[in-house]
Amino acid sequence: MAQIVVENLVKVFRVAERRPGMMGALAGLVRRRHREVRALDGVSFHLDAGELVGYIGPNGAGKSTTVKVLAGILVPDAGRVEVDGRVPWKDRIVHVARIGVVFGQRTQLWWDLPVIESFDLLRDVYRVAPADYRRARDELIELLALAPLLDTPVRQLSLGQRMRCDLAAALLHAPQLLFLDEPTIGLDAVAKLQVRDFVRRLNRERGTTVILTTHDLDDIEALARRVLVIADGRVLSDGSLAELRARVSRERWLTVDVVDDEDAAEIGDADARVIERDGHRVRLAFDPQVVTPAELIARVTRRHAVRDLFVENPPIEAIVARLYEGQA
Amino acid sequence: MTGYAAVVAARFRMLLQYRGAALGGLATQTFFGLVRIMILDGFYRASATPPSLGFPQAVGYVWLGQATLALFPWNTDSEIRDQVRKGTVVYELCRPLDLYGLWYARAIAWRSAPTLLRMIPMFAFAAAVLPALGLGDWGLAPPAGVGAGIAWVAATVGALFLSCALTTLAHVGVLATLGADGVPALMATIASLLGGMVIPLPLFPDWAQGLLAALPFSGALDLPARLYVGHIAAADAVWVLAQQLSWTAILVVLGRWLLARQTRRLVVQGG
Repeated sequence: MAQIVVENLVKVFRVAERRPGMMGALAGLVRRRHREVRALDGVSFHLDAGELVGYIGPNGAGKSTTVKVLAGILVPDAGRVEVDGRVPWKDRIVHVARIGVVFGQRTQLWWDLPVIESFDLLRDVYRVAPADYRRARDELIELLALAPLLDTPVRQLSLGQRMRCDLAAALLHAPQLLFLDEPTIGLDAVAKLQVRDFVRRLNRERGTTVILTTHDLDDIEALARRVLVIADGRVLSDGSLAELRARVSRERWLTVDVVDDEDAAEIGDADARVIERDGHRVRLAFDPQVVTPAELIARVTRRHAVRDLFVENPPIEAIVARLYEGQA
Repeated sequence: MTGYAAVVAARFRMLLQYRGAALGGLATQTFFGLVRIMILDGFYRASATPPSLGFPQAVGYVWLGQATLALFPWNTDSEIRDQVRKGTVVYELCRPLDLYGLWYARAIAWRSAPTLLRMIPMFAFAAAVLPALGLGDWGLAPPAGVGAGIAWVAATVGALFLSCALTTLAHVGVLATLGADGVPALMATIASLLGGMVIPLPLFPDWAQGLLAALPFSGALDLPARLYVGHIAAADAVWVLAQQLSWTAILVVLGRWLLARQTRRLVVQGG
């Protein structure tokens, strides 16, 4: 049975519009103009227990709104949502006791308290049994390498340290479902890898269902077996990363480094498109059904003195950008 | 209940650490206490008909108000304003606790911890230091009697619950206006004036007395202070507690209802 059922979810926000200029401001005092923003416009998907799903889309697409509805924070205008058979906003208190939530741009730790005191407070708030709490806490401290941070007040932590602590805080009550809203935002490369590693282990070893919204498509590539793409409040695509690629474009890229810069200016092929030329490096896009990679490489190496070359899939950014374009 | 109790305890512990704020508050409240007493002194000297509240009682009233200023519902918690502005309030909604209960619990800690920190040095100053300096007329006299003292303690506890209901209602207003400054500003003016923080309520005209006593604000400072100085008989403390508790009940019901309405149409700032 699906752990999460979302059907035709609609959420409309009414936003007061500000008219520009002094006259506009005065007019706004007398009569407000409202604009309706359809943040979610018929979103549907099902999720099984143990899945790790990437939820991506441009800013304002409705990602966070979906997460907030699933977390029981926002009440939608229409549609059906069930998580473990419960309607989140109707059964909010029972529901939230069984989920973990991390909003990357906000912290749930108490700013002035040492990390460990925030953890202890969450134990009481979630009424975790002392033995369960100790086990969960010690495990999380080890997995996320938090031991040196525990006595530091939260305001003195770096962003990466804080995010690791926030992840632990969201999991102390051992939820079976975790919502991560941009957990890697603003983190450096090392911290991102730590967060990804941890989320992967959590999903594989404990079977925790994870919904991950992000702008960092490396997160998706590293973690998600299934990707939901959303734009303008609608689901554009739902499937594996490979399916997403196949659906949007079969294109692959051949990057060539030549010995001589002047030579680079001449590289080209009837069956490929030059997408980038930078010094001694040229990038060609091609369709493997029109010309095989082997054939293309053979042609290029025959004509030019090549120092290095490699074939790659276009980055997911390019794919998603094309998906959005196709919609517009 | 343990969740709410844990929130109260944790915040209480944290707020007790703010020694700097306590010292600052103490200095300011002492200064304003003296200024208000000097003004009252002027009025009492110039007054043709002495008011029902004698000058020593008015002085006691002012010092009690200054000592329990942190208990008085005249301001809102800056952390809650920040939570609403920045949207961190969503985390509060992710807790298996009722948001009203959580905010009320926070208010209890936020009102009581600084009051306890400041009250004793304030009393020491007003009741011991001022008389020692030869300013006994401006000092705080002991309660009107043992009964008055006990009645004041009970009514101050009642004032805490009432004040937190008013404070939480204001926090609901902060949420409704998305953290704008209007609600806190309105609250500061209305509560201070109608609660006796500007002028002791017995000094208002007679026609206003009934109304002022009926409004909830009098329960936060005026009624307990009048019990202390003996302007209300200790035997009438039951009525004071009844006023406080019935307003607390009404304000809690109102606050919960408004908050439930608000959370149904919540817009989270910043996506």
